[in-house]
Amino acid sequence: MTSVVAPPSRGSRAAARSGSHGRRSVSPWVYVASVLVAGVTLAPVVYAVLSGFRSNGQLGANPVGLPNPWIFDNYIGVLTSGSFWQYAVNSVIIAVFTTTLVVVAGVMAAYPLARYRFKGRQALFNVFVMGLMFPLTVAIIPLFLMVRQLGLTNTFAGVALPQAAFALPMTIVILRPFLMALPNELEEAAMLDGASRIGFFWRILVPLSGPGMVTTGVLAFVGSWNGYLLPLLFLNDPGLKTLPLGVADFSTEHSADTAGVLAFTSLAVIPALVFFLTMQKRIVSGLQGAVKG
Amino acid sequence: MAPALLLFAIFVVVPVVQAARFSVFRWNGLGPMENFVGLQNYVMALSDQIFQRSVTNNLTIAILSIAIQLPIGLLVALLLNRKFPGQTAMRVIVFVPYVLAEVVAGVIWKLLLQPQGGVNAFLETIGLDSFAKAWVGDPSVALWTVMGVLTWKYLGLAIVLLLAGLQGVPEELHEAASIDGASWWQSQRKITIPLLGPTIRTWAFLSMIGSLQLFDMVWILTRGGPDNATTTMATYLIRQGTERSQYGYASAVAIILFVISFILAGLFQAFVLNRDAGDDKPKQRRKKVSR
Repeated sequence: MTSVVAPPSRGSRAAARSGSHGRRSVSPWVYVASVLVAGVTLAPVVYAVLSGFRSNGQLGANPVGLPNPWIFDNYIGVLTSGSFWQYAVNSVIIAVFTTTLVVVAGVMAAYPLARYRFKGRQALFNVFVMGLMFPLTVAIIPLFLMVRQLGLTNTFAGVALPQAAFALPMTIVILRPFLMALPNELEEAAMLDGASRIGFFWRILVPLSGPGMVTTGVLAFVGSWNGYLLPLLFLNDPGLKTLPLGVADFSTEHSADTAGVLAFTSLAVIPALVFFLTMQKRIVSGLQGAVKG
Repeated sequence: MAPALLLFAIFVVVPVVQAARFSVFRWNGLGPMENFVGLQNYVMALSDQIFQRSVTNNLTIAILSIAIQLPIGLLVALLLNRKFPGQTAMRVIVFVPYVLAEVVAGVIWKLLLQPQGGVNAFLETIGLDSFAKAWVGDPSVALWTVMGVLTWKYLGLAIVLLLAGLQGVPEELHEAASIDGASWWQSQRKITIPLLGPTIRTWAFLSMIGSLQLFDMVWILTRGGPDNATTTMATYLIRQGTERSQYGYASAVAIILFVISFILAGLFQAFVLNRDAGDDKPKQRRKKVSR
């Protein structure tokens, strides 16, 4: 269908010239632009990965070009040092903690906000929506002191609890329409069959709103995984640092070892990229939903 | 309900209220908070040249982000919206930078932008040595460098959101326009872009708020330097709070940051987003095309 639509004058002429091979009438400019955009987008990451295979001497002598010879010491060094793995495990623990908290608390809050009429329902919802307006930076100084007072400095909970709290508004805003869309008949039928409200919630609503919960969960996970400010201020213990914090520290501590830092950083890119590629649709649809909402 | 409310109240509402309370005291975070100074912290912040610089920087970044990313984002989204082999791969590729942690992307760019780094070496290789410079070390270009990296990082979000908006633009309009002899660009300009209005405005809003709260990328790339050339309200705030323990003063800065975001959000709401209610511009433009 689309090949019929909107043939650009210049593009269609070009396509007509080479068109005897039965090509679609796509302007060559689309490819030129695609290659350009893809190149600019990926170049820094590719450069970082390749440079990890070079020695600092190579990098100094010829900063661009392929590694010659390929050196695996940097990557092997990072992978056997233990600290990289420690950071990665810490990041996973905090992200899972945050995500579980956000999704469980979020769905428990979105459920009554979506399906029950009670006094102050709209007001309560608005409180959470207002939360979208409060950036973490505004609250960070009191949070810093509060976490210290609660004795949560240098604990995973000290990072996960505030992260979850700040991710809640978005979670509720995305989840509520999901829960509202479930037909009332389902609830009535469940009640007739003797299910309690709590039973309906756990046995019907939670499974049915699965897609919404996965989307919000993925967004919370990515947010937590990438988070920097909270770990920066709340985690000083080297054994508890998260991956972004570890990357930042490693790059300042080994500032002379450019190739080593690039190897460390490239390895830190991998989990995020793998996660993104598997969850790509969820992440994108979540963001689009957030914009529409 | 209760767990969410509790979590939200303790870790969001209370700290925000506390920030407002701290802001009227001179306090280093230790001992009792008894040195009430009224609005003095606010006056101090607003008359501090470095803070003024940070506000200017934030506003510049907010405006430039929209001015740079919107045209490029639109162009790329319009191109990617057409069916061609490799289209799906491209959609994934453009979004990769957005998914990387700011810190990770920032460290890579910082090394690339060193005087002896990859960017300058690349410029030399293609014979543009004269453009090589100390990208993050030179106060006159540092802010532009940060802008460049931000564009790289966030362009994908604009493209993905615009592509989603494009799904709502019916094909028939283009068919009609091309039958009437409109070129591809004419039909994009007169039909598609006006219909994308709501998506563009929502994206611009998100971009603006994000620009005002900018911290991670700047902290990694420049720490606000050199010579405060790239300082933002958030990096200024963290400096005052954690490095100098001026918690009252830093809280006043936080509240000013919040007020500025709130006012700009309100203005945006009033003058830009309101157009979405009862906007009939696209219809008028459609008529023009078919003429």
